Amino acid sequence: MAVFNLKVNAKSYKIDVDETTPLLWVLRDTLGLMGTKFGCGIGQCGACTIHFNGVAIRSCLLPISAIGENEIKTIEGLSENNSHPLQKAWKEVDVPQCGYCQSGQIMTAASFLNQNNKPSTEEIRNAMHGNICRCAAYNRIEDAVAKAAEEMN
Amino acid sequence: MKATNQTDSSRRQFLKSTLFASGGLLFGINFLNAKNPLTILSEEQARSGFLNFNAFIKIAQDGKVIIYAPNPEIGQGVKTSLPMLIAEELDVAWENVIVEQAKLDIKKYKRQGAGGSKSIEFSWLPLRTSGAAAKQMLITAAAKRWKVSVKDCHAENGIVYNRRGDQLGYGELVEDATKLKVPTKIKLKDPSEFKIIGQHIKNVDLDKIVSGKPLFGLDYKIEGMFIATVIRPPSFGQKIVSFNADEAKNLSGVLNVIEFKNKIAIVGVNTWTVFKAKKLIEVKWTSNEKLESTTQQDKKMLDLVEKENPSQLKTRRKDGNVKAALDDADTIVSAVYEAPFLPHNTLEPMNFYANVTKHKVHLVGPIQTPTGAAMAVARLLGRDRDDIELEMTRIGGGFGRRLKNDFVLEAAEISHLVKKPIKMVNSREDDFANGFYRPKVKYQIKAGIKNGKVTSYYLKEIAVGGNINDSRANFFPAASIENYQIDIARIKSRVTTMAWRAPISNILAFAEQSFMDELAEELQQDPVSLRLELLKKADTSDRRMAYSPKRMEGVINLVTEKANWGEAPNGTYQGFSSYFSHNTHVALIAEVIIENQLPIVKKVYCAVDCGVVVNPLGADNQCVGGVIDGIGHAMYGDLDLKNGAAQNLNFDSYRLIRMNETPRLETYFVKSDIAPTGLGEPTLPPAGPAVANAIKAALGVRLYKQPFIKNGKLNI
Ligand code: FES
Ligand code: FES
Repeated sequence: MAVFNLKVNAKSYKIDVDETTPLLWVLRDTLGLMGTKFGCGIGQCGACTIHFNGVAIRSCLLPISAIGENEIKTIEGLSENNSHPLQKAWKEVDVPQCGYCQSGQIMTAASFLNQNNKPSTEEIRNAMHGNICRCAAYNRIEDAVAKAAEEMN
Repeated sequence: MKATNQTDSSRRQFLKSTLFASGGLLFGINFLNAKNPLTILSEEQARSGFLNFNAFIKIAQDGKVIIYAPNPEIGQGVKTSLPMLIAEELDVAWENVIVEQAKLDIKKYKRQGAGGSKSIEFSWLPLRTSGAAAKQMLITAAAKRWKVSVKDCHAENGIVYNRRGDQLGYGELVEDATKLKVPTKIKLKDPSEFKIIGQHIKNVDLDKIVSGKPLFGLDYKIEGMFIATVIRPPSFGQKIVSFNADEAKNLSGVLNVIEFKNKIAIVGVNTWTVFKAKKLIEVKWTSNEKLESTTQQDKKMLDLVEKENPSQLKTRRKDGNVKAALDDADTIVSAVYEAPFLPHNTLEPMNFYANVTKHKVHLVGPIQTPTGAAMAVARLLGRDRDDIELEMTRIGGGFGRRLKNDFVLEAAEISHLVKKPIKMVNSREDDFANGFYRPKVKYQIKAGIKNGKVTSYYLKEIAVGGNINDSRANFFPAASIENYQIDIARIKSRVTTMAWRAPISNILAFAEQSFMDELAEELQQDPVSLRLELLKKADTSDRRMAYSPKRMEGVINLVTEKANWGEAPNGTYQGFSSYFSHNTHVALIAEVIIENQLPIVKKVYCAVDCGVVVNPLGADNQCVGGVIDGIGHAMYGDLDLKNGAAQNLNFDSYRLIRMNETPRLETYFVKSDIAPTGLGEPTLPPAGPAVANAIKAALGVRLYKQPFIKNGKLNI
């Protein structure tokens, strides 16, 4: 066990956990931020996607000891009142089926649109390919990302 | 009608908490106190036997309405669509409805499950009736207050009016209404009067989902709760000889390591600790019998396929004389189709919370069959059924896996043994290795052609796991070919299997709808026209016949028109397939292109007849999901077993379809006033064969095995 200082969604935390603990489980079990989901634990499904200094990464593969001062953002910190263009588009398109993959999808898309705010359909489809939706709501995810991109322009 | 999900979640939250906290403002009306609102009843029974229903409607003085969604939400949309049925007949504005998930309550509800695409079909009359009864009582209460006849009153959007132009809101009437007798004659709306049913209503949990609120079983947390995980045999058929948990027990945060029922539970303070501890435990396994592998099973199965009349065969349906007709045929078309085991792979791994105490057993989590789970736990612990309290969370995917309650029993047993509240959590690898897979199946189909007509059809099914049941034996082409026979046989195995989205149909459709195209090719006939010709011949007086030839024709005509069947642009190849399952008729046309010798599915046209479409927005989501799921698993899904152990244990070695591989869908519904049927499953079965038929058109190669793509190549 070791003590770490952590900045999540612009809030500072001091936590005492096993140093091999992946950020995913610190978020969920220690901080109670349940929006970041566990799907595979090996970086293959994207359900656990968060932002690390603004860039989407898999929190299931990131040990707490590797975070240091870096800024972590989770779905809970993406916006106030679901006002992020992606969250708005998600609601407009009515994307979810079971909903389990959705925060990961939104976090991947948010970081992608920050880097590329005029994506082509092909670019969207490739950028999102790391996030599994077992319910296969893929058409609507694609539509919502395109819609959000439009709004951001 | 506006949807519910405007940015009023905070207002709703406020409303809920203040109303409930102060107690005085919210009237919880159980309009009807009798049990079993979801009993399957005919229309007449439903109307007259009304006392069997319970609406679970609460109305506040300001006219807000809480409707309890009785069935678990696994992504099929019933948390939205079932309350719509009640709100429609209650006649309230959907904006004023707050939907809550009901707890398991076998005294109040019947069939509080999710499975078989049955929720809408079974709830259509009962839930509407409960809404209509409530409305009638509110009207009666208003009429009494005004001292006018009920006939002179009507209600709309939560307000009762009389002829003088007076009006009273439901909220003002609710207290009086609850004191009235439940009416026995209930009038339901004519479909032309629907205001909510048929509207595009958004998912009631949208706000919570897009902001990451805890909704799922895995998100459930309660003060004092521990996490447990379980080591189970890595191979089907193994037993524990011994194990060493010294190192695991020394890990900080580990509370307990205990053996139970040939499994080992590790209990600790958090998920990572128990996952880590699990890897530190060395277990010696043994097995008395030879462990199975998929290659050996394949061999056994193919032997039975080849063998004439093996003794294991059972006949599911027999018309005419298939053998004689085959002997007499000018040509025989024969083919064997194969499909592997598939894990369910719900994205939310199996988990359940249990707190077993002297006073009660509290269970919380994602389960498709809460009633069965609660009873099984009562039996396991020797408790009274009334001691068990079960709450359903939103479910991160079911696909049939959560019809089983093994993980609920494990959670309850662990909590009972360690005397602590625990949540049992599986890793992805646990879900893969200890799954209840889709049965592994092989089909042989033979058909005889005489004078240019199909005169006989013989299908033999060899399965590890579930077989064709009576109803599926009566699907198309049953009753359309005079000599017709379905035989089945099962291979004994220790590998556990289970219903998997659109059970049996999900493979049977691949075999039959591929075979239809092979027949058409032999007959040099358009594959669609062959199906239409057989449907015309279908003997509608056959009472066993499960499908409707007319409705099937309807979806076929709709899809061929929308997709311009037969007129694909150069380089695009079309494949057709139609299938009836879960009382819904579906026809698909898939379009593929070829890149680097591999097929890419670009587009799928989907026509569906499910009767009334309750929520077109949710319905479309189900259809699209079902088709892409069907294509994904037909293309890539493959679970291999060696020495009794699953060889694919996570998404690095097991391929699920991803966004860059998905086609775009166009979904069309046949306009209909017929009572609705399910949509969670029926678009899946025809998806694989539509793609296989398109690939045949593109490459001239007939696919007989799922997955279609193996090791990056066509699986031929
Ligand atoms: S849980 Fe991290 S990628 Fe799947
Ligand atoms: S909505 Fe169920 S996994 Fe994506």
